[in-house]
This record gives sequence, structure tokens and C-alpha cells, in this order.
Amino acid sequence: MKDLLVAITLWAGAAFTFLGALGMLRMPDVYMRLQASTKAGTLGVSCVMLAAAIHFADLHVAVRALLVIVFLFLTAPVAAHIIARAAHYTRVRLWEGSVMDELGEKRRKPTSAASLPPAPGVPPVTDKHA
Amino acid sequence: MSEIGASILAWTIPAVTAVLVLSVAMGVLRLIKGPTPPDNVVALDLVGTIFAGIIAVHAIRTGEPVYIYASLVLGLVLFLGTVAIGYYLERGVGR
Repeated sequence: MKDLLVAITLWAGAAFTFLGALGMLRMPDVYMRLQASTKAGTLGVSCVMLAAAIHFADLHVAVRALLVIVFLFLTAPVAAHIIARAAHYTRVRLWEGSVMDELGEKRRKPTSAASLPPAPGVPPVTDKHA
Repeated sequence: MSEIGASILAWTIPAVTAVLVLSVAMGVLRLIKGPTPPDNVVALDLVGTIFAGIIAVHAIRTGEPVYIYASLVLGLVLFLGTVAIGYYLERGVGR
């Protein structure tokens, strides 16, 4: 029963990792490759770690395996954000079919606070003198 | 029941290892092919993460839980390396 559970978790991890690597190979853009690798790859390796924790059935080993999972889930988004930011700042092009580039628009024309619409509930400044 | 479960693990572990090694090969292909430096960094990050998974599968196969430590240390060093490379990519050193 335990071995069946370990096998199922291992296969889930292998499938997620394979899909992440496939996205890494086939996606057209750095940013899309980044999201394929950082989500599917992390989830796959976490499933393999969960399989190890189930297989050994020991508190110490399970704590270490879960520590690896927590660490992966903490560091993968940070690393992905850093790499995506570095890629965007070194002007790595987006795919031609990309529809949204909010950071690029923000860097091209920086919006000042005066041009933003007033917050709801706050009266406009001109009412004070009217 | 336990014999059936043991035979499941006996053929599952080599197959899962083969799938993970195939994933590593695909990541290495992107690492060689990647047109920009961030592509290489992302591919290297994925390859290192999959290596941590392969180490965990090896720990299950040999029954030695010590290898989990190797996996943990690999993840740590990989994160530090990725952050350092990203920092220097953004600073523009070497361009």
C-alpha cells in the first residue's frame, strides 16, 4: 500500500518534471520558458520529495524532505522574478504574439502622480476654492 | 499485497529515473541552444532542480536517507548561483 502511494507520487513528479522540461524546450520566449520551468519543474521535484518522505516513513527524513519542498517553494519564485527582471532590463525581446508588457510601458512613459485619477472618496483639489 | 507493491517500485524507479534523465537532456539542449544569457540561466536552474529530484529517487532506490541532505544542499547552492547570475546580468557586467 505504501509502495503503491510512493509509485503514484513518483509518477506524478516525473510527469510534471517532463512537462516542465518540454515547455522549457518548446516555448518561444524567455518569459514563457521561465514560467514553464519554475512552476512545473518545482511541482515535479516536490512530488518526488514527497515520495521520498512517504517511502522512508521516518520523522527525521520526512522533516528534511518537507524542508526541501518548503525551500523550493520559497526560492523558485524569487529566482524566477530576478531572472525575468534581469532579462527585461537587458532588453530581451518578448515573443511577437505577446499581448501585454506592463513593465515595458511603465519604463517607456513613467506616469507621474498628478496624472493619476483621484482616489475614490477624496474630493478633488479644485472644490476647496469653489 | 506487499509483494505486488514491491514489484511496482521495482519497475517504477528505473522508469522514473529515465524520464527525469530525459528531462535533463531537454534542459541541456535548451542550455546549449538558448539565444540569450537569461535562457541559459533558466535552463541551468531547471537542470539543477531536476538533479535534486534524481538524487531523491536515488535515495529511495538505495534506501539511504542521507542523500536527502545532498538534495537540500544542491537546492541551496542553485538558488544562490541563480541570484548571483541574475544580479550580474542586471548590472550588465560582461556586456
